[in-house]
Amino acid sequence: MNFDHGETKIDFIKHRKKFFMFSGIFIFIGVILLSTLGLNLGIDFESGTTIDVLSDDPVTANEVIEEFENIGYSPDNVVLVGDNNEIGRASFIGGLAQEQTLEVQSHFDEVYGHTPGVSTVTPIVGEELAKNAVISVLIAAAGIILYVTIRFEFLYGISAIVALCHDALFILVVFSVGQMEVNIPFIAAVLTIVGYSINDTVVTFDRIRENMSYEKKVKDFDDLARVVNKSLVQTLARSINTVLTVVFAAGALFILGGEGLRTFSFALVIGLVAGTYSSLFIAAQMWLVLKTRHLKKLRNRKVETEQPDQPEA
Amino acid sequence: MKKKKGVKKSLIVAFFAIVISFATLIATNVLDHAEDISLGLDLQGGFEVLYEVEPVDGESEINRELLTDTVSALNARIDVLGVSEPNITIKGDNRIRVQLAGVTDQQSARKLLSTQARLSFRDVNDIVMMDGSDLVEGGARQSFHEKTNEPIVSVRVDDATLFAEITTELSNRPEGEDLLAIWLDYEEGDSFEEERIKEVSKIVSAPRVEEVISSRDVMILGNFTVETAQELAGILNAGALPVDLEEIYSNSVGASLGERSIELAINAGMVSVALIFGYMLIYYRFMGIIAVLTLSAYIYLVLVVFNWLNAVLTLPGIAALILGVGMAVDANIITFERIKEELRSGKTTISAFRAGSKRSLSTILDANITTILAASVLYVYGTSAVQGFAVMLIVSIVVSFITSVFGARLLLGLWVNSRSLNKKHRMFGVKEREISEL
Repeated sequence: MNFDHGETKIDFIKHRKKFFMFSGIFIFIGVILLSTLGLNLGIDFESGTTIDVLSDDPVTANEVIEEFENIGYSPDNVVLVGDNNEIGRASFIGGLAQEQTLEVQSHFDEVYGHTPGVSTVTPIVGEELAKNAVISVLIAAAGIILYVTIRFEFLYGISAIVALCHDALFILVVFSVGQMEVNIPFIAAVLTIVGYSINDTVVTFDRIRENMSYEKKVKDFDDLARVVNKSLVQTLARSINTVLTVVFAAGALFILGGEGLRTFSFALVIGLVAGTYSSLFIAAQMWLVLKTRHLKKLRNRKVETEQPDQPEA
Repeated sequence: MKKKKGVKKSLIVAFFAIVISFATLIATNVLDHAEDISLGLDLQGGFEVLYEVEPVDGESEINRELLTDTVSALNARIDVLGVSEPNITIKGDNRIRVQLAGVTDQQSARKLLSTQARLSFRDVNDIVMMDGSDLVEGGARQSFHEKTNEPIVSVRVDDATLFAEITTELSNRPEGEDLLAIWLDYEEGDSFEEERIKEVSKIVSAPRVEEVISSRDVMILGNFTVETAQELAGILNAGALPVDLEEIYSNSVGASLGERSIELAINAGMVSVALIFGYMLIYYRFMGIIAVLTLSAYIYLVLVVFNWLNAVLTLPGIAALILGVGMAVDANIITFERIKEELRSGKTTISAFRAGSKRSLSTILDANITTILAASVLYVYGTSAVQGFAVMLIVSIVVSFITSVFGARLLLGLWVNSRSLNKKHRMFGVKEREISEL
């Protein structure tokens, strides 16, 4: 995609309130859904056992359930996965004891010739994981604010974090609405998005900073808006090309990567789109609003201290 | 048309020399490196168990020293299994994580790990006659019964008179009470009467003692095969665990599931890399070729560094590798866009290249450092799979910085400085009409 900088007249600024409103409403509704509907926590976050039964030929859910019943077990749920439904994933909420899983494994090894994969968890482990993930994000956010404040300025840091939270919440909301399973790789995906979102925002901010240094005098909202818009147009080609290539990668994983990577890559694709949207329509505009307020404050102070008699320009 | 300044052919020759020598290097040993990569549990099959450590019979408190002792005891046991790269880590105050990749017999491995291997010799009333501390350390071995030729485990008693005393006492008891029960992992509350009728019993054997035995060697018979006897002797020699291990999380992957996953992930990876290459070539023309070259070098170097770190590749790791390709492309895109911008502003090819490379550097640096920051937090706070992902992401970012920033600059620089690209804006994907006059 080519964007002619001279001719392209995309106004990212004019509709900023609509973007804020759209994201605000989405997140608001999302948070309500999150607190009522909640997330569809996978076995990683619940107490229980999942057994992946692999066969050489396609199986049906009834077949798998029957095989379990033959040895005296009744799974709480059986789903078929794999390209030809050759994997039956049976979940046992509450979990099986070690001897029981061993019995199941040896039984299916005899029947299908493959040892099934077994995962067992107690909720303590899942809860700890989720807690760790939240702590990690908070620490990362603090670190990022610090770094951006040192390299840029504090207001950029704040805006970047707003965009980051926006993206992380966005994926959580999508997963809550779709009731898609949240597992450990999903957490990895959310954290990747956090990294990508910040990467994307920093690239835009870097251009704003550069363009700001070319400006002789930036005194009000209109000046700032012009600089921000110019920077966004200038980085637009990069933003779109980068997100396209990464979406190629994540999309190929989603379509071809197999069951194990599906949730992960779906979260990535959603997060990448949200990340690009937020860097283009939320982060820079946020900075614009904060910076305008900051400039106004500075000017008022100046007016009070240096030129108390002069009317405001 | 004005005559072009002479083209420096030597630089173009240098370009091809670099590309060809690197391509040869990659072609000759990329497969070796790819084969050397150690695969994680999810790819290779194997299992991971998280144990909660509890004091034996509430005796002692769990402290660091006890945990370390447990880890070395577990290590000694895993040697019995012959697993090449076990990974045993202490988590928090009272957890131990054991990861064993490529274990073919998961069932016996799990049993072998969690048994305490506390041997005790008791009478029918569960009174301890002697226990592991009375045996010669490392004295257990597998042998065969002299008469029946059955596989047995023999242990050596430290003090020959002790065993003689015990057998004297037992042999004087009435029939039915003259049994010496050999227990593995006796726990408070277990009783001989109950345990002996169980199918899976903690009592290895309970022979009758009819006469005084003054030998120091004690034979344990217990329906062993040669293998199970060797294993038991192995664990006994490895030493008893000083603690109780409670399995609170386990994740085991059959190897065939793993093979399927890696095939799919590799296919997906190749498709996505092909898509990215195609896009870059169409969109950035000549610079796209540079991008394809540096990205190929990137993928190769990531493999090399990954091997060099002895890291373990997991499914999320593959995902991070592919995501890393995206990040490497991003560095290319940022630079190329910048060069195009400079060209559009009317600069000559050479000065556009210089200005573009210089200005894009700080952007790429800031963007990469923030991402590394996030990945480091993942590494520090994540669990195994997430950590694998973080390692791969950090490696990817560092390597992509080398290939996509320095590598691309070197290769493109050779062409640009050779002057053969002067005034050929279309080669950069810039249309003539877009160029503003200076």
